[in-house]
Amino acid sequence: MPETTYLDAITQAMSEEMARDERVFLIGEDVGAYGGAFGTSRGIIKRFPDRVIDTPISEIAIAGAASGAALMGMRPIAEMQFIDFITCAYDMLVNFTATNRYLYGRACPIVVRGPAGGGVHGGPFHSLNPEAMFMNRPGIKIVSPGTAYDAKGLLKAAIRDDDPVLFIEHKYLYRRIKEELPADDYVVPIGKANVRRRGKDLTIITWSAMIYVADEAADALAKEGVSVEIVDLRSIIPFDEEAILESVAKTNRVIILHEAPLTGGAGAEFAARIAEKAFDYLDAPIKRVAALDVPTPYSPPLEAFALPNRDKVIAAARELLAY
Amino acid sequence: MESHGLTKEDLLDIAYYLRLTRTLEERLVALFRQAKVIGGLYRSLGQEGESVAAAYALEYEKGDVVQPLIRNLGSILVAGAKPADIIKQYMAKGDSPTRGRELNIHFGNPATDGFIGQISMLGDMIPVMAGIALAGRMQKKNLVTLAFIGDGGSSTGAFWEGLNFATVQRLPMVVVVENNAYAYSTPTSKQTAAKTLADKAVGVGCEGETIDGNDVLAVYGATRRAVERARAGGGVTLLEVLTFRLKGHAEHDNQSYVPQEIIDEWRGKDPIERYERTLIDEGVAAEADFEAIQKRVRREVDAATDEAEKAPMPRGEDAAKGLFAGDGYWNA
Repeated sequence: MPETTYLDAITQAMSEEMARDERVFLIGEDVGAYGGAFGTSRGIIKRFPDRVIDTPISEIAIAGAASGAALMGMRPIAEMQFIDFITCAYDMLVNFTATNRYLYGRACPIVVRGPAGGGVHGGPFHSLNPEAMFMNRPGIKIVSPGTAYDAKGLLKAAIRDDDPVLFIEHKYLYRRIKEELPADDYVVPIGKANVRRRGKDLTIITWSAMIYVADEAADALAKEGVSVEIVDLRSIIPFDEEAILESVAKTNRVIILHEAPLTGGAGAEFAARIAEKAFDYLDAPIKRVAALDVPTPYSPPLEAFALPNRDKVIAAARELLAY
Repeated sequence: MESHGLTKEDLLDIAYYLRLTRTLEERLVALFRQAKVIGGLYRSLGQEGESVAAAYALEYEKGDVVQPLIRNLGSILVAGAKPADIIKQYMAKGDSPTRGRELNIHFGNPATDGFIGQISMLGDMIPVMAGIALAGRMQKKNLVTLAFIGDGGSSTGAFWEGLNFATVQRLPMVVVVENNAYAYSTPTSKQTAAKTLADKAVGVGCEGETIDGNDVLAVYGATRRAVERARAGGGVTLLEVLTFRLKGHAEHDNQSYVPQEIIDEWRGKDPIERYERTLIDEGVAAEADFEAIQKRVRREVDAATDEAEKAPMPRGEDAAKGLFAGDGYWNA
């Protein structure tokens, strides 16, 4: 079986869903003949010339038009060229798109997707991790896959979902991650975590590109005889609370690892949930490893210092194990 | 009188919606003073003409969709909104269209109702209405969308992005900019230095036209032409309608920032009186016709008020339901 990149998994999910369901269409900047800034829609316009819409540089219009079309029964996929630009459409997404069901009983099944994350020296405006800014505005689901398998399966689930979904891709993974994928159609359910590695001494709860940082730390710690469990959340809203609590109950020590800044990050919510519901299981404080509370800086030494990495996770783990 | 192909029946139908709009709003004022309206109350006094006339130019059986702002109550009545539902919305009742979750005329499903209410972030509905028009085209429906925006709302980025996108795509869409002279307390001269709001069409390349917003037949005629052009593939039109807000932004606002002589001047240009006078002068209708219409309107508004007053408030615990499709709240 040939291997499929994380990027090709996304392209496949979109074109397979467009073939399966004529309500699905793609709208965004440079998504047509050019195939998107990263090539996620390469070739799609040839197969579906009427269902790929190039737009002006207008994120509000992209999100708004996609939402309007969704109210009429379409299934739009709205691309943000970089997920950072979703901030331009934040008002539309949180005030209009996300409220359609709760306020008016209307279905607004759009997928908003785009490349997030740092590690590629994109600088402060091409490195955003936006999950926390949408977590506190109810009505939009948030998924953030770290594997090619999950990217394809979760994107299909997002397109088929009857509510809006923010699908956060990690640009660092686009061409670095390759996996053999099933030939048959599959979906990965939204809201279900994946226990990526089984262990008994310590749990790392993480998602997206940070699962590989967790892997590296776990490999290093294994050499010291420490058995690490890695829970890949995959979905941020709704999140798999059961999987989090189950793992904490087993290992009694937990690190929450994410690439977004620490303060007010998604990890704060998961830490609070663990403190509320699994306090008795904890043998050490809940530890968070996250980016510094700064805009993501450009220069490689600055960026490397600001973002989480293997050594920061190992240091946190040692602290917990020694507690 | 240029009747733009409207029959006598149509002309009296428009008169009915004009009276219904004003009477329903007067009823809402009474309910507001009795503290039965929970939130704010926003009047369209003096602007009913363009709301009704523009919306009357659509063909709802073809799937056309109108999107009102807060001062376009008349437009959704034309599209088929029920007065009882509107009163229930204002009274925050549990069986209102939004089940007590949203206010006033913020409701409606474009796929089934022919109208969709605004959200409060002005300008946001322009891209949404472009998307509805886009879906209509992709679904091979021959529908047209009509979006209302105000002089103030046309200063927003969302307005420009939506109008530009719709124009580039040649979407079947009409945007009516109500220039009612004030956005809350801010005069139009502090919104834009453009000579007219129709000039905003030039920047995006759509059609633009300014019309007398208190001339019901002129608004109908211009909107009808724009709708027909849109339906035929001719793209977007921006229609500026010149009118005046005879009340404050909402009932709490005494409009102290507007010179009295301007208010007095516009009181003399009432669009409903003017329309009815024209029909009488042209021999299309008699006073008795409007008296009969008023009787019917009063009866309907009375019945709607009774229904709304009897309706239950929502149950507090329902606030936890219906965020996502999964719990089935909206199917029940």
